[in-house]
Amino acid sequence: MTTQSGQDPLFVIEDLHVNVEGKEILKGVDLSINRGEVHALMGPNGSGKSTLANTLMGHPRYQVTAGRVFFKGEDIVRLTTDQRARMGLFLAFQYPTSIPGVTMVNFLRASLKAVRGSDVPVREFRTILKDTMDLLKVDESFARRYVNDGFSGGEMKRAEVLQLGILRPELAVMDETDSGLDIDALRTVAEGVTALMGPDMGALIITHYQRILNYIKPDFVHVLFGGRIVKSGGRELAQELEAKGYEWIAKEFGVLEGAS
Amino acid sequence: MAAAETVAQIVPETYKWGFHDDEEAVFKSKKGLSRAGVAEISGMKGEPSWMREFRLKALDHFLARPMPTWGGDLSQIDFDEIYYYVKAADRNAGNWDDVPPYIKRTFDKLGIPEAERKFLAGVGAQYDSEVVYHNIHEDLKKQGVIFLGMDQGLAEYPDIVREYFGTVVPLNDNKFAALNSAVWSGGSFIYVPEGVHVEIPLQAYFRINTESMGQFERTMIIAEPGSYVHYVEGCTAPIYSRDSLHSAVVEIIVKEGARVRYTTIQNWSNNVYNLVTKRMRVEANGVGEWIDGNLGSKLTMKYPSVYLMGPGAHGEILSLAFAGPGQHQDAGGKMIHAAPNTTSTIISKSISKGGGRTSYRGQVKVYPGCRNVKSTVRCDALLLDEDSRSDTYPYMDIEEERVTIGHEATVSKVGEEQLFYLQSRGIQEAEAAKMIVNGFVEPIVKELPMEYAVELNRLVELQMEGAVG
Repeated sequence: MTTQSGQDPLFVIEDLHVNVEGKEILKGVDLSINRGEVHALMGPNGSGKSTLANTLMGHPRYQVTAGRVFFKGEDIVRLTTDQRARMGLFLAFQYPTSIPGVTMVNFLRASLKAVRGSDVPVREFRTILKDTMDLLKVDESFARRYVNDGFSGGEMKRAEVLQLGILRPELAVMDETDSGLDIDALRTVAEGVTALMGPDMGALIITHYQRILNYIKPDFVHVLFGGRIVKSGGRELAQELEAKGYEWIAKEFGVLEGAS
Repeated sequence: MAAAETVAQIVPETYKWGFHDDEEAVFKSKKGLSRAGVAEISGMKGEPSWMREFRLKALDHFLARPMPTWGGDLSQIDFDEIYYYVKAADRNAGNWDDVPPYIKRTFDKLGIPEAERKFLAGVGAQYDSEVVYHNIHEDLKKQGVIFLGMDQGLAEYPDIVREYFGTVVPLNDNKFAALNSAVWSGGSFIYVPEGVHVEIPLQAYFRINTESMGQFERTMIIAEPGSYVHYVEGCTAPIYSRDSLHSAVVEIIVKEGARVRYTTIQNWSNNVYNLVTKRMRVEANGVGEWIDGNLGSKLTMKYPSVYLMGPGAHGEILSLAFAGPGQHQDAGGKMIHAAPNTTSTIISKSISKGGGRTSYRGQVKVYPGCRNVKSTVRCDALLLDEDSRSDTYPYMDIEEERVTIGHEATVSKVGEEQLFYLQSRGIQEAEAAKMIVNGFVEPIVKELPMEYAVELNRLVELQMEGAVG
């Protein structure tokens, strides 16, 4: 588990097996991410990408049957979702849930308070909120709306990135943040994510398409197929996938299994 | 979810108003109902003979009428085991200093005098059967606004009371309205002259102290043309092993172009049967609004109604019910469209937890010839666990074709996905569930004056304690 720099990696997935409703979806995933690194995880529909994202955050419907997940040296598999979040893990949802009646501003403040473990003075919170909204070009009226309630696809994704910017996790798992976005919205969202990344914030970008990686430059690219990571490489792997398509992977690593 | 908790385990933690005073009643009737007992109440109050006759006629009707078999379980009510009249103080004071000290201490604990000083235009306080305190701002008094206990109202304004008493809720309307008509005591009498706007709320506070007590207040509001008033009532009771009965009647007359808003935050302890008849009569272009929050009681059966009698009248009901362990909230509302171009909205939000049961029971009626009526009903139920229950009983009785009627009902569980989403942002499960419930009741809370919104949120949070384990 030691890297070239000699530090322990921030995040290590070891031989992770996951069942959903009795069916095995992840069949031994291994992955290691150092502090501040950006990794892309690509794969066709049904390869287990969203299962991995939800499992890492501890969704109760995803059952870990074997393997371990280390975050900052601690195995987090038995921890609750909120404990993981308070350790500095973040999931940007592919399909964020709406919470009618709860305003974004109250939700964001409660989240920041929970992650910090202490109250956030109103003035300080307002400054953080305004700065992050400016950075992501989010309209002020956003704060008064109910969480994801009646949001367009683009607004939902922008709201996810807004949360990322306010909570400043150490590792952000971005689950198909590019899906459902037109090219302009994609650019805004991706540039926002890039602006937030840095030596203290790494990311696992989960995506079907290569296009988001034109904006967020990954240090490493992995291909998930049939519940396993079958290929890893540098940025050029993403381009190769874009050029050759997933059929190439299917031919090399076996028949595509049923989507899940 | 902590479904196995019993009422006894939960109540002492979460119900903060369960204390009681040693009884120091000036007069307590014998248990049970009789003609002599009813005549005695009337005699003690020195009422005019028409009121005594009204009471006795109502008693006959009550005795003749069978118990309702719909709604909640009423079989445990023993009418022979109830004290129908308990008089705690000799007189109705206009100054807190004149209220007997032990009663004053109770209202102090409940924060009433403080609330009056801070944000109310007038306050009434009823302790068991009698109103012990009543006061209204001087400037409202000068504009002719009357805010008195109902008994005092009858004594000082017998002609007004006689003109309207029993006209909106007749004594034979239903068994419990008949019971109230026979043994009523206390409640508020409010009269707002033409064109007068009472800008800040008037409040009455109802407290049952005596065990096995029946509280039967009677409230009447008359809003003359173009006037406005917002009346708020709150209620609590001690926790006793024997059940108490609260059966009120509220009659409201909203004249042309007037508007009355009536807000209830009902937080009786879980041993009170709350069987209440509330009705408004709204004339042309008037507005009648009920905001009805039911969080307490063992069983509540209450369906505030608006009778839209004049063209252009508008009715609105916002109903919020929260049923915890051992509670059944059978609540809703009625909109009776008896004139053309009348409009109404019913929004019902109910939450059930720990085996609690909520029912929405509502009626929309449109009489023939009432063209261009518009009515919308929306009921949302939220279940916090598998043991809880929610039912919807919407009755539609539409006898006119040129109308627009909408009905929408949803039942949802506090979703795994919503909890997961909030938890993924570091918020713990119990806190996340509270946020979801507070969001669910937000459409009702935002209609309340600030102080009550805060209070209602606090009550919902108290009810939520122990909901997620």
